[in-house]
Amino acid sequence: MADQPTAFERFTQGVLPENPVYRQLLGLCPTLAVTNSMQGALTMAGAVLFVLLCANVIISLIRDLLKPHLRIVIFTLTIATFVTIVDRFLAAYMYQMSKNLGPYIPLIIVNCIIICRCEVCASKQSPFTAAADAVGQSLGFTLALASIAAVREILGTGMFFGIRVLPEMWPDWVIMVLPPGAFLTFGLLLGAVNWVAARKKTEG
Amino acid sequence: MNASIDTTPEKKKTSHGLFIIQAWLVLLLAAFFGAALAGIQLSLAPKIEANKLNETLDKVPELILGAEAARTFKDSGREMNIDRQYMTTGTKTYSVFKAAADNELLGWVIKAGGQGYADKIELLVGVDKNIAGITGLFILDQKETPGLGNKIMTPEWRRQFINKPTQKPLTVVKTKADAPDQINAITGATISSRAVCDIINQSLNNLRQPLENAATATQQTSDNPQETK
Repeated sequence: MADQPTAFERFTQGVLPENPVYRQLLGLCPTLAVTNSMQGALTMAGAVLFVLLCANVIISLIRDLLKPHLRIVIFTLTIATFVTIVDRFLAAYMYQMSKNLGPYIPLIIVNCIIICRCEVCASKQSPFTAAADAVGQSLGFTLALASIAAVREILGTGMFFGIRVLPEMWPDWVIMVLPPGAFLTFGLLLGAVNWVAARKKTEG
Repeated sequence: MNASIDTTPEKKKTSHGLFIIQAWLVLLLAAFFGAALAGIQLSLAPKIEANKLNETLDKVPELILGAEAARTFKDSGREMNIDRQYMTTGTKTYSVFKAAADNELLGWVIKAGGQGYADKIELLVGVDKNIAGITGLFILDQKETPGLGNKIMTPEWRRQFINKPTQKPLTVVKTKADAPDQINAITGATISSRAVCDIINQSLNNLRQPLENAATATQQTSDNPQETK
């Protein structure tokens, strides 16, 4: 057990060094689909935070009872429960947002980030470490979504959080809020992140 | 050799029984989570239903009066009474919203649905009090192709339905629409465009008689208000 990362390490790793989107390339379906506006991206990130935190803590609490061949079933069961709670909650209290996000909230059930954290961290470490891991990974996910959404929303609609930031003469690049814009933005940002990481490595 | 033959069936038997025992945690969690979700559903379902209904009620003035007139109407402080009714024709039941102000019938909003290109399309269509013309269209729910079919939601496309007569069924044309019963198709989404028109045509066809009956009934009661009391 000595070689397991501490809670603090788990937290910091999730934010940048092991960023779920830019470094692990996980959870790309919501990353590409909901990042055409900041509000949508942050709602999705919040939903993932809630689901990941709850699932990680629960799995960590029952980690000694898990049987190797039944663990994935239990992960999925736990994740699906919390996703359904989020989905119903959004439909009740953020109806318009729930309509905008459409099927992508229920699809958190099959989001690899969450099942990966349950497997890698929560099923082996204490609830506190698992919670720190969940918050760190979610923060990393939020940063990734927010960075893509900021580029897409500003270039695509000239707005940021629905408020006009670019001058009226800006010809909105509609393609940025359409699916191709997601791939273009993600590809370029991913390239940039890798370039910076590679430079850091050679310098260090 | 003999011993191994003897034990094999027994081993199998016990491992079968063990499946349930091994899965005790799965079963326990499933029951627990199931109960929790049932509780959530029970407590949130009325709120979600109310959200859906509110969205519809919100749209009714605009669908009957038009966006501009609906705003003036609201600013003038007059109140629109919206009354939800269920009308059954044949096998289909429609939710119909009757809008009236100061005992005067203003029009009707019909909630209708049907198959689109990708999935079910749900829409609201407003008609005037004589069921002679369409006064507005709003898409409540759709999962058409983003960028093509989902343009049925845009105000620009929906606007052309306003003032269309209801006597003749609407037809979708790919060229410029010039006849009063023609609707311009969305480029690359003829099926979605046609689906919306079909839903409107069918619901108007089904509901014309019930709506006319209801309108006459309203007229009579408002002429003779004592009878309603």
